Amino acid sequence: MTTEALTRPRAFSASWLPRYGVYAAILLLIVFNIAFTPYFLTLSNLRIQLIQAAPVVIVALGMALVIGTEGIDLSVGSVMALAAAFIPLYLGYGVIAAIVVSLLAGVAVGLINGLLVARVGLQPIVATLALFVGGRGLAVVISGGRLRDIRNEDLLYLGSGDLLGVPVLVWIAALVVLVVAFVIRRTVFGRRLLAVGGNRPAAELAGLPVKRVLIGVYVFCAVLASIAGLLSVARIQSSDASAVGLLIELSAITAVVVGGTPLTGGRVRVLGTVAGALLMQLVVATMIKHDLPPSTTEMVQAVIILLAVYVARERRTR
Amino acid sequence: MTLLEVAGVSKIFPGVRALDGVSFTLRPGEVHALVGENGAGKSTLIKVLTGVYQPDGGELRYQGEPARFGTPLDAQRAGISTIYQEVNLVPLMSVAHNLFLGREPRNRFGLLDETRMVREATEILAGYGVRADVRRRLGTLALGAQQMVALARAVMIDAKVVVMDEPTSSLEPREVETLFGVIRDLHARGIGIIYVSHRLDELYQVCDAVTILRDGRLVHTGRMADLDRRKLVSLMLGREFGAEFTGFKSADDGPAPAGERPVLRVTGLTSRPRLHDISFEVRPGEVVGLGGLLGAGRSETIKAIGGAYPIDSGEIEVDGVKLGRSGTVRAVRAGVATQPEDRKAEGIVPGLSIRDNIALAILPRLTRMGLVSDKKIDEVVATYMSRLRIKAAGPDQAVGDLSGGNQQKVLLARLLATDPKVLLLDEPTRGIDVGAKAEVQALIDELAAEGLGVVLVSSDAEELVEGADRVVVLRDGAVIGTLTGDRVTTEALMATIAEAADDH
Repeated sequence: MTTEALTRPRAFSASWLPRYGVYAAILLLIVFNIAFTPYFLTLSNLRIQLIQAAPVVIVALGMALVIGTEGIDLSVGSVMALAAAFIPLYLGYGVIAAIVVSLLAGVAVGLINGLLVARVGLQPIVATLALFVGGRGLAVVISGGRLRDIRNEDLLYLGSGDLLGVPVLVWIAALVVLVVAFVIRRTVFGRRLLAVGGNRPAAELAGLPVKRVLIGVYVFCAVLASIAGLLSVARIQSSDASAVGLLIELSAITAVVVGGTPLTGGRVRVLGTVAGALLMQLVVATMIKHDLPPSTTEMVQAVIILLAVYVARERRTR
Repeated sequence: MTLLEVAGVSKIFPGVRALDGVSFTLRPGEVHALVGENGAGKSTLIKVLTGVYQPDGGELRYQGEPARFGTPLDAQRAGISTIYQEVNLVPLMSVAHNLFLGREPRNRFGLLDETRMVREATEILAGYGVRADVRRRLGTLALGAQQMVALARAVMIDAKVVVMDEPTSSLEPREVETLFGVIRDLHARGIGIIYVSHRLDELYQVCDAVTILRDGRLVHTGRMADLDRRKLVSLMLGREFGAEFTGFKSADDGPAPAGERPVLRVTGLTSRPRLHDISFEVRPGEVVGLGGLLGAGRSETIKAIGGAYPIDSGEIEVDGVKLGRSGTVRAVRAGVATQPEDRKAEGIVPGLSIRDNIALAILPRLTRMGLVSDKKIDEVVATYMSRLRIKAAGPDQAVGDLSGGNQQKVLLARLLATDPKVLLLDEPTRGIDVGAKAEVQALIDELAAEGLGVVLVSSDAEELVEGADRVVVLRDGAVIGTLTGDRVTTEALMATIAEAADDH
């Protein structure tokens, strides 16, 4: 204890794998597909992969922020359903109005989650479980339990239009990636978020508005989820509150974990999360292309998750 | 005859010799005080006695036979029970169920005999001063009553040795009396009790024998009555009294140093059950030490001022401005910077870099057009890294990878960056090496010279006395004296701590 050790040497492999493992896996899978999957390298196939991954990317980024504060948000799928349910109701007032209302639904859910976590002091998993269950129920009630077709051209453009040869959906997802990266790196809120996740008592003693940060994170996450919700409606050209965003919380958490963001908080990997979502999308697509049954796909996904968590075990020496 | 005995027992943890050839003897019916400051080895010894740790050397004898407890359960089966500070029972089950857990009375069909259980539980607990409906859930009882249930349960399972680890720390005075009654009863029944506490009054009230540990070694063992308070304190802290040094009646509030308006004024600070009516002032440029034994309320006082500990009543004024009730955000904004005792748990954010840790509290100030400005951060960070001589590979190194001394400096840099008026330091040199220690101590002087008001807590009596201009001495959460001028000496500090409550 008396020696002045400046640094503890880090095992190279221990920090390399959780950080870059996901990129290596994607590369591996792409090489495999180029070699063995017919038509993999076609433009239309790549388009489909990106379009399918986009909503998960958007939701997963919000999830990554929440996980960065040592929390979790199970309600994202229900938020998507709520956002979807409001779209047909307000589309009569114009696309903008419908979008604003569905985003406000996200803000409301995020506020409730945030208040339960920050003020009431519930554990995040319990606090967000309430709206995970209740939110979708409410969405079904709002939509009258019916599937509604959407015919508004402007809205459908978001889901199936192109801009400079790239799907609008993908542009929006890319924009969200930039925004989240920006928030984490350049804003006071982002820096504080990491401190709260890294050591909450310390953040409190340093005088940070910890509760406000937590509420902000849950609102941010829910707003991203509602964006994903309305984009899903635009893409499938109908609003079905009982199906939109079903089980997406699991895909999102998977993407975050596979991307190397530790569940213990204090660190958010934005690009890793994107890569995580793309990897899982690629795995599913590869399995489908090779005619493997969904059950096999699920088991492979499980193995990947376990691997990611195993690799990312935080060295508990701190 | 001895009941429980260890001879020359050692326990080594990586880098630390937690117990070094300690011997300890407990006789039947004896109430044996086990005392020592933080890190003295009390908890390690208890854990060796109760089977949590295996000793690395030495011998353990129980009722005259060599014994070996592989697990806490072994020790418990043999009749050694431990009552921890935190009650470890099932709060959602009824009081009676908790009392009889695992040994419930059964009727002739082999089913639970609820009536008998309730009746017996009521009788047993009445003997412990607990008069509550035993069908209520344990969690609805007051903490003191829960502790009694735990004690009753321990005694019921034929305990021959009961270990009490700071049993009174969460009890009301009335409950303490009940506990002492129970202890005397156990004493009469020949049960040996190991009693760990920092409250000297209690030790003299209930204990027959005392063993003092310091730095993992046995420094004294003998009859309680043969050891006066001052001797006890000096043995604990490892400092000798001058032989001619006598009483300390005049320790109370000496003439308040005249001059400037205090930068910190604490009036009647109370937070039950830990703090009672604490008042003191700190002037600009002054270092005020908070003295006292572990559990005297020093850290709680610091935290209460810093807004991180609930306050029942009392006022805190910073530079003439009253601080609202609790809340660290307000305290920091008012100019109070708190360095917590536990650097790792409450101080640094280990995963973040040095620069992020330093900038943490003042981010809004380091922005341009609402965005974090790396340039402004770098300026601040560079200033403090060179001023505090923080040794690191660079400002982007994670703080968790630094040595203790450098972590502490990073933490201090964060505090100083907030431009505080009052600096609250809780054990600023704990766990850091000698060189960094001297640097931190010099820094404290320097900061005070610049006009900051500093409140210093240190278990190292010498550090406290050397660093502080005045020392406010606490005991059981209350101010029992203030040392000023040439009275700021380790002798005076220990004499004040040792002074009996009924001496006033």
